[in-house]
Amino acid sequence: MKENNNHSNAKRYGMVIDLDKCTGCGSCMVACYSENNVPFKTDETNKLDSLNWIRVYKISNNKPYPHSEVCYLPMPCMQCDGIGKHGHSPCVSVCPAVATDYDYSTGIVSQIYTRCFGCRYCMAACPYHARKFNWWDPVWPADMEKYLSPNVSARMRGVVEKCSFCFHRYQLARDKAYLEKRQELAEDEYQTACAQGCPTGAITFGDLNNKSHAVYKLKKSPTAFRLLERLETNPKVYYLSSKSWVRRAGDNYLAHEETEKINNKVKEPYEAKEHL
Amino acid sequence: MSSTDKNQTVSSEAAPDSVTPEPEIHDSPPSTTSGWAVFMFFMIGFVGSLLSGWILFPELLYSKKEQPIDFNHAIHLDLVYDGCNSCHYFRDDGTFAGVPGMDSCVDCHMDVMTGAPEEVKFVDEYVTPGIEVPWLIYSEQPDCVFFSHSAHVIGADMSCESCHGDIGTSTHLPVYQENRLTGYSRDIWGHSISRLGKPEPGEPKPMKMNDCADCHLEKMGHKGACFQCHK
Ligand code: HEC
Ligand code: HEC
Ligand code: HEC
Ligand code: HEC
Ligand code: HEC
Repeated sequence: MKENNNHSNAKRYGMVIDLDKCTGCGSCMVACYSENNVPFKTDETNKLDSLNWIRVYKISNNKPYPHSEVCYLPMPCMQCDGIGKHGHSPCVSVCPAVATDYDYSTGIVSQIYTRCFGCRYCMAACPYHARKFNWWDPVWPADMEKYLSPNVSARMRGVVEKCSFCFHRYQLARDKAYLEKRQELAEDEYQTACAQGCPTGAITFGDLNNKSHAVYKLKKSPTAFRLLERLETNPKVYYLSSKSWVRRAGDNYLAHEETEKINNKVKEPYEAKEHL
Repeated sequence: MSSTDKNQTVSSEAAPDSVTPEPEIHDSPPSTTSGWAVFMFFMIGFVGSLLSGWILFPELLYSKKEQPIDFNHAIHLDLVYDGCNSCHYFRDDGTFAGVPGMDSCVDCHMDVMTGAPEEVKFVDEYVTPGIEVPWLIYSEQPDCVFFSHSAHVIGADMSCESCHGDIGTSTHLPVYQENRLTGYSRDIWGHSISRLGKPEPGEPKPMKMNDCADCHLEKMGHKGACFQCHK
């Protein structure tokens, strides 16, 4: 009962990011800032206190010149739900205020700013640095306050915020579906701003459980991996990369461990769980 | 705990015994009249605090505001083609238009028709200068709440009255009451301060978070995740 929302089937929204296609241009970050009323400062050089719901990291293989390679890694919230204990995300289980919960109908981890009191346990618990803390009240450039989106609540000083997979777009898409008396959403009705903003189409978004969605096939590709898979957070963001060093950078491996073997071994039980 | 601590505790407990004053000796048995006086005194205080709690407090808590125009639903219902939908309609994208903008009124109200004082005020102050009427919204939820009219009106086939009461057929708009502390409308909490019992027929239903969740629990079997109603 708990897993069913109204009349529609439970979804498991997720993302597949093709790192071979990512040029590191940062369009996804810009799209996200404007979509979600994310505050910014004139000087964003100190990356430790800049707020962003999706951040593009740069990783390199640390080899000298002729062999050196870099890869850009966009990281939104992974919307973890843990293995077995469906809904056991690291951040949700530590929040003392129930300001964040796991939505069984969509698989999205919420963040309710009016409930959050800023203890930042969730930030400590998150292995992906997906959560950001508002050290200051947002300061919008002249007049910009009027252009903020009314579909996303604005945050204030002292609360934690994070990527919501543009959940308000899901709410609005449901509104339309209700009007048209439909139970299910089409794949293109609910897309995140970053997926739509990406000029190379590196980001694919959809329901990981739905066989007709693109992400369903992509996540099964042999070059797919997830970050820190062995922590059993069961993240819903998959990455694709043809380069083995990139796949190896997705987790901490001992020198003798073989990435692919471990990846495949760890992946199996997740796959089984997803179809429960 | 160390042994010295224990000793101290024991001795401090023993101490009062040694200094306990002798029980007071009453010259006469306690009189029943003073008992009554105490009881009456208590009752006056008790009733007084109840009165101030139930009557004075709500008066102080809510400030009253008049709507800019006293809109008459009843006379308009016979005039429009499509009932409530002519003014409170769904847009094609599924969102609800809410309180109507000037475009729903100007077709008929370019000029004063009957000369009723409210109509003259409406035309002179809003229609002619082209200003939107700043309606006060009785049911307005905090900014962080997402509410979907299509889910309830179309999805669950609920009537407007079941939540809003009979304002849709009223001849006068009720007085808007604003909570002085939170700035929210009184309709959210409900008109009964104690929130006991059901709202009177025709009164809007209280819409605190638990009121939404209680109905969802009953109709859907679960209260829903935070993101269902929050954004
Ligand atoms: C001619 C246009 C018109 C029609 C037709 C109309 N209304 Fe209204 N309605 C208004 C206006 C204007 C207001 C704004 C007053 C206000 O803010 O409460 C309003 C306000 C309301 C509100 C109060 C909203 C709130 O929370 O403040 C409700 C409920 C409502 N109408 C229901 C109905 C129903 C039900 C019907 C059909 C039986 C209906 N209306 C038909 C114009 C209309
Ligand atoms: C279908 C045409 C029509 C529309 C649309 C319409 N009105 Fe009216 N309205 C009338 C007529 C006709 C009267 C005069 C009714 C009477 O006095 O019998 C009236 C009367 C009024 C009055 C005076 C009521 C009174 O107490 O005597 C007000 C105020 C008013 N309208 C406001 C509005 C507003 C605000 C809207 C837009 C939400 C609106 N009307 C939309 C036709 C319309
Ligand atoms: C399940 C209860 C429910 C039902 C049924 C319902 N409403 Fe509402 N209505 C609300 C709530 C809650 C709000 C406040 C929404 C907000 O502030 O986000 C609201 C807001 C409104 C508003 C003001 C919106 C604005 O902000 O401009 C109007 C007008 C309104 N409703 C009219 C109607 C009409 C007409 C119907 C019938 C077709 C209806 N409602 C059915 C609960 C309901
Ligand atoms: C009297 C009962 C009732 C009340 C009160 C009520 N709801 Fe609902 N709500 C329902 C029902 C029934 C549905 C399911 C509609 C469907 O799926 O057919 C629903 C669905 C919803 C949905 C859509 C869920 C989805 O899956 O897209 C939202 C959002 C929602 N309600 C928010 C609210 C909020 C916010 C309030 C309080 C202000 C509220 N509701 C009050 C009965 C109620
Ligand atoms: C069924 C719909 C619904 C669900 C589910 C829901 N809320 Fe609410 N929530 C509301 C409504 C409606 C209000 C505004 C009315 C009120 O103050 O109760 C509200 C108000 C709040 C407020 C106060 C906001 C303010 O500005 O006054 C907080 C904090 C809050 N909710 C947190 C949560 C959290 C955390 C969850 C998930 C555990 C949650 N809510 C789930 C409907 C809901």
